[in-house]
Amino acid sequence: MAVLNDEQAMLRDMAREWAANESPFTAWRALRDAETGAGFDADAWQAMSGMGWAGIMVPEEHGGSDFGWMSAGLVVEELGKVLAASPIIGVTIAAWAIAQGDSDEAKARHLPALASGETIAALAVDEGPRHAPGKIGAKVENGKLTGSKGFVADAAEAGIFIVAATDGLWLVEKGEGVSVAGRVLADRRSHGEVVFDAAPATRLGDAAMAEQMLDRARILTACEMLGMAQHLFDTTLDYLKQRVQFNQVLATFQALQHRMADLFAEIASMRAAVEGGLEALDSRRRVPQAACIAKARANDVLNLMSREAIQLHGGIGMTDEYPVGDYLKRARVLENRWGSSAFLRDRFAGLAGY
Amino acid sequence: MATTAEPAAQVSESAFREDVRAFIQSNFPPELKGTSNALASVESGAGESEPQRQWREAMGSRGWGTPTWPAEYGGGGLSRREAAILQEELAKAGAYNPIQGMGVMMFGPTLLEYGSEAQKKEHIPPICRGEIRWCQGYSEPNAGSDLANLQTSAVDKGDHYLVNGQKTWTSGGQWADKCFCLVRTDRADKHKGISFLLIDMDAPGVEVRPIRMISGMSPFCETFFTDVKVPKANLVGEEGQGWTIGKRLLQHERTNLSGGNAMGRLGGPTLGELAKMYRETDEHGQLADRVLRDRIADFEIRWAAFLLTARKAAEESKAQGGVSEISSVLKKAGTKLGQERAELSIEIMGLQGLGWEGEGFTAAELAGVRTWLFGKATTIYGGSTEIQNNIIAKRVLGMLDHQ
Ligand SMILES: Cc1cc2nc3c(=O)[nH]c(=O)nc-3n(C[C@H](O)[C@H](O)[C@H](O)COP(=O)(O)OP(=O)(O)OC[C@H]3O[C@@H](n4cnc5c(N)ncnc54)[C@H](O)[C@@H]3O)c2cc1C
Repeated sequence: MAVLNDEQAMLRDMAREWAANESPFTAWRALRDAETGAGFDADAWQAMSGMGWAGIMVPEEHGGSDFGWMSAGLVVEELGKVLAASPIIGVTIAAWAIAQGDSDEAKARHLPALASGETIAALAVDEGPRHAPGKIGAKVENGKLTGSKGFVADAAEAGIFIVAATDGLWLVEKGEGVSVAGRVLADRRSHGEVVFDAAPATRLGDAAMAEQMLDRARILTACEMLGMAQHLFDTTLDYLKQRVQFNQVLATFQALQHRMADLFAEIASMRAAVEGGLEALDSRRRVPQAACIAKARANDVLNLMSREAIQLHGGIGMTDEYPVGDYLKRARVLENRWGSSAFLRDRFAGLAGY
Repeated sequence: MATTAEPAAQVSESAFREDVRAFIQSNFPPELKGTSNALASVESGAGESEPQRQWREAMGSRGWGTPTWPAEYGGGGLSRREAAILQEELAKAGAYNPIQGMGVMMFGPTLLEYGSEAQKKEHIPPICRGEIRWCQGYSEPNAGSDLANLQTSAVDKGDHYLVNGQKTWTSGGQWADKCFCLVRTDRADKHKGISFLLIDMDAPGVEVRPIRMISGMSPFCETFFTDVKVPKANLVGEEGQGWTIGKRLLQHERTNLSGGNAMGRLGGPTLGELAKMYRETDEHGQLADRVLRDRIADFEIRWAAFLLTARKAAEESKAQGGVSEISSVLKKAGTKLGQERAELSIEIMGLQGLGWEGEGFTAAELAGVRTWLFGKATTIYGGSTEIQNNIIAKRVLGMLDHQ
């Protein structure tokens, strides 16, 4: 556990308590099974915003708290534990991009609405089913953006899009020249194909800034994955301590003790890597490397943990009623977001010059 | 001797091959070409189409769905060599064996070994014709890996048993006609108190509740028995012999599960072909992503070695007239590789390989997600990987508990 200041510790405790009481796994399940197509519960998002979570990266002068990345990461991790559906990652990253960006008008217009939870933002970068920031075709001509983006999270709900184009980052409001078609992935959240057809766009920054934004998205996504892995580990351990076979609890079998000890070590490594990412962001030191380390570890450990959780639960883990399957499905979607491990290892090697 | 026998064998082999070809030619409905109903029996209760029914009846009438079973009970009565020829010709024609399920995979072979003459005459022919669906009533809420802890009781009432208790994870229970069940006839002895009983699923007092699985389907059930009367004629073997018979059946189950058919590749593309569909290739037609190419080749080499291991185990078992030691690794090795294949497949496709429903995905992509999720069960059922490891360590390697 990272060393937290009082403010951060309070925020984490508050998020933990809220998640457990107001947004337990059953809340996600109710949303999923209502089959309304909504990616998250709008009232729950209002409640989260009311506690200030939407504005963690919004400067105080625009209605946010400017608490920093560690704070944002702590909240996202707690939400990940209960599989709470929310647009918090997109909103937080978008707020950063707008706050860093070139347009004062955009700051005044969008930051307060993001902080209050009124506006949802979505990140539109990749154009295919895999993360490929080197292959962006979306173009801006005379302030109009044209191109299509694949599997954009919360696209249906979003009021604004932060869009990567060939020459950098742009902001596009939903409306003229923007159309969204929903895509249902195994995680049953909201995703969409977004087509921009000469949509009016506001410039936020250059391609280097787009890269910086992706590093932030990688680290914050890794926080959600950390929460998921931690939860899977905890529930698996609890289960092994309860389930009796051969007249003894499963936890007494050495083969399973060693499996859990290995997973414990892996999750410790994942946590250190993810928290290291947040620290790098707050101190602005070696961020690209830290992002690769955080997300690659998150991908690999959550992948392993999600497989082991099912296996160690036995038959009950295969049932839809039990939560583990939803974590597995969400895990694979997030593993693909902002870089698979293969992508991140390649990037890491490239950054180090080999 | 051998020199004169060989040509004769070859003559009869080629005559048999001709017969098979002619049979397929005149009986296999061309519209079924390239399809398979192999998953249907596991994952859904989907009904048969008319051509599917015709094909099943044709194969059943020859006994070729169960080619090596004795002809007197409705099997094909073929030699292993002939069965292999049949398999080859079916594959060449894009046809499949329509007679599947637990009756074929595990119950039939067990009944042929342990059943009475009357039981074989009654139960084997409908299995050979693919008319009766069987389900497996082994597991209970507190008897999973520790199967012998089962509590469902069968009390002797003179001409019948009265059965009470609960089974769970009963695959296909809601579509099955009959259930082969392990029940407790004696509370005093954990293993010797178990008997092997055949129960009609439509008997009064049998109730099933489907359970939804993470893949979205409900292919298995909780099964409740409340004062179900089961005729004594339905006891297989003797009272108390159930553990021996039940374990023999599990061996058949494991052999089938490790055979590669449950491994998520039912005639679909290989990983290499899949990758070429979804990823870029270079000017030589090779995958541009060399790391991915290396991982696929690594997988395929281990898969090829697995198939060789399985073949070797079969040959050794035949030569020794018993089960080869290496057979014990097949289930865990095959299912592990099957899961790896599924994980690699969805990784190759990226988010396109994680579609759940609706627009934007092909039927194959949506089915692939289910295969990936359902495949997680293969290392749990039929004796989990951990239980296989215990068996290998203790029985094969002699690594016993310190006494
Ligand atoms: C899709 C599916 C279909 C099934 N179909 C059928 C069916 O048709 N009929 C039927 O009767 N049953 C069926 N089963 C049940 C299956 O056989 C059981 O799930 C299996 O025996 C494991 O039991 P369990 O689920 O109670 O897990 P548990 O026995 O509780 O095991 C939980 C975990 O602990 C491990 N473990 C247990 N004991 C030990 C030990 N001594 N040492 C080390 N590790 C150990 C297990 O390997 C597993 O990882 C099915 C299961 C599934 C998932």
